Amino acid sequence: MSEVKVITGTSAAAEAAKLADVDVIAAYPITPQTTCVEKLADFVANGELDAEYIKVESEHSAMSASIAASATGARTFTATSSQGLALMHEVLFAAAGMRVPVVMMNANRALSAPINIWNDQQDSLSQRDTGWIQLYAEDNQEVLDLVIQAFKIAEDEKVLLPVMVNLDGFILTHTVEPVTLPKRETVLDFIGTYEPKHAYLDPKKPMTQGALGDPNYYMETRYAIETAMRNAEKVIADVHDAFAEKFNRAYGNGLIESYNLEKAENVIIAMGSICGTIKDMIDLKKKEGVEIGLLKIRCYRPLPVEMIKDALKNAKNVAILDKSISLGMNKGAIYADVASHLKDKKTVNYIVGLGGRDITSEDILGIYADVETSEDGKTNWVGLKEE
Amino acid sequence: MTGSQFPREELFAPGHRGCAGCGAAIVARLALKAAGKNTIVANATGCLEVMTTPYPETAWRVPWVHVAFENAAAVASGIEGAVAALKRKKGKYGEEKVNVIAFGGDGGTADIGFQALSGAMERGHDMVYIMYDNEAYMNTGVQRSGSTPFMASTTTSPAGSHIRGENRPKKDMPMIMAAHGIPYVATASISYPEDFMKKVKKACEVNGPAFIQVLQPCTTGWGYPAENTIEMGRLAVETGVWPLFEIENGEFKLNYRPLKRKPIEEYLKVQKRYRHLKPEDISVIQKTIDMKCDEYGL
Ligand SMILES: Cc1ncc(C[n+]2csc(CCOP(=O)(O)OP(=O)(O)O)c2C)c(N)n1
Ligand code: SF4
Repeated sequence: MSEVKVITGTSAAAEAAKLADVDVIAAYPITPQTTCVEKLADFVANGELDAEYIKVESEHSAMSASIAASATGARTFTATSSQGLALMHEVLFAAAGMRVPVVMMNANRALSAPINIWNDQQDSLSQRDTGWIQLYAEDNQEVLDLVIQAFKIAEDEKVLLPVMVNLDGFILTHTVEPVTLPKRETVLDFIGTYEPKHAYLDPKKPMTQGALGDPNYYMETRYAIETAMRNAEKVIADVHDAFAEKFNRAYGNGLIESYNLEKAENVIIAMGSICGTIKDMIDLKKKEGVEIGLLKIRCYRPLPVEMIKDALKNAKNVAILDKSISLGMNKGAIYADVASHLKDKKTVNYIVGLGGRDITSEDILGIYADVETSEDGKTNWVGLKEE
Repeated sequence: MTGSQFPREELFAPGHRGCAGCGAAIVARLALKAAGKNTIVANATGCLEVMTTPYPETAWRVPWVHVAFENAAAVASGIEGAVAALKRKKGKYGEEKVNVIAFGGDGGTADIGFQALSGAMERGHDMVYIMYDNEAYMNTGVQRSGSTPFMASTTTSPAGSHIRGENRPKKDMPMIMAAHGIPYVATASISYPEDFMKKVKKACEVNGPAFIQVLQPCTTGWGYPAENTIEMGRLAVETGVWPLFEIENGEFKLNYRPLKRKPIEEYLKVQKRYRHLKPEDISVIQKTIDMKCDEYGL
């Protein structure tokens, strides 16, 4: 039977990697990811997980070794955050281009300078064009469930792309919550074994990986990744449904989750742990007879544009919350991506929580009130201290 | 291993895109002959990688992977870890040892890849790292590296009226690697193929990390006629500019002692990268080589 443990988000990710019986882990510590890689080291040290743990000297090497391990044919897991993810940037493209199904946990944290270890989502959103599938968790249970699903999505022959599972730094990484841990056999039965046909290193069947692709070939490789991303939309939904059936936990349709969108005209689009607070506010207002709604983005890449449009068909005023900022454009990443698809609605961008700035329930209620009267296309920095 | 015992099988296919007379191709060819079929190669970005794998062609008859410029040692670490895990957990790769060999140029090794290399050596991975040293960044058009010798002219250390080419001595990679306490470090030359291949074989057999720095004459970057590649390598050894030695478990051993060391001038005067040198420059270089050779007992 499954068991319930009261654990942090980083532990949930580590437990999931253990349940997936990963073969290789190559990781480098950084706050607030650290407890994940420490936990994995414990698992290996205690014989609870049979894996090679490569204690690399940097995140660049962590990703390089992970790519190579996966290219050899091993199920591979790593984890990072913020500065570490930025250091990996170059090789994140290589992972996607080489079509290796590495799974990585990223603890969302702000980027320097000034140095700041607290949460926002600038780190992963800055990697959006690298060809990685990006999934975002709302709570610790979802972290565990997403990491398990991530392996099945990444290794699917119609996908074969690396997957990044994101969780908000400190808010999830350092908060304990009850998490249901399924049995290892059930998880392994769900994910299956990894037997790559496209990328392995075996002297019996020599394969050249990571070749030079001149202008005659390069563009097709990008198109192939884009096609895999489009395939991934269906695979992510299917994997989610199969998971829900087997483990009795569902999250919308796997890519987005609609919360009270049927009757609400004022809605928020958001991603990550903040969705919990928003749902509480929606429930509270419902008791007062006021209908407001939430569209939670669970899968940011591939971005399920049609699903988002469809889910918002009854909405009028859409508040898009971003824990990131494209400096010089004064918009967050989600707004920049989504607003152009919602031309028939009012869209307002709210920049929130940068560098761990608190987002209160009052802030959320304020946003719902503001979006009704605010000008279309405006950007508001919530909680900014003005001189 | 003597000439007649060289394995005939070519694991590095003829027909790559390197310059005529490219020493890097000779490095790869000889190393694979010595290592044999049961080998997986990780390659850093650079001449060797670019010239051998223009998609859909490949010169590699062993499994080969390239990820980026500065990470060949980290990539080899990942391969070694994966092979160990797959052997143990899934019974893959059979009984025989799989050699994991990383090839990196001097830039990919001594400069930008230095951190990844140091990490991999210190962690004790069972791998062979072969630094093919052509003493500059050749793939990008002959820029200096940390391994460019004193006074050599490159496009970023040009000989001008004020500066006489590269103003710093060559980074001492074998000693730096030996300081990591790894079981096997060696220098080699493509012009001494038996010695080089013997060293690759030994490096593969060693348990733990092995590092071989092989001097690789480069016709384009050094400026000499393509047919003289082997001759250039020989002159480097005969003049004492490139001593052949091994450091096995900390013990230093000289592998070759020229009967009489040739004057350095014979090596320098046949290369365009040294053509700006005046007699007094050459005697400065001669002095530094004499000192080094004294140290090595050469
Ligand atoms: C991060 C990064 N910086 C720079 C380059 C450009 N670059 C590619 S190969 C190369 C030089 C390679 O020199 P070396 O390692 O000595 O090998 P060689 O070309 O001489 O064989 C450079 C600078 C790159 N590919 N990646
Ligand atoms: S530039 Fe030098 S190392 Fe590069 S292919 Fe030509 S000869 Fe070989």
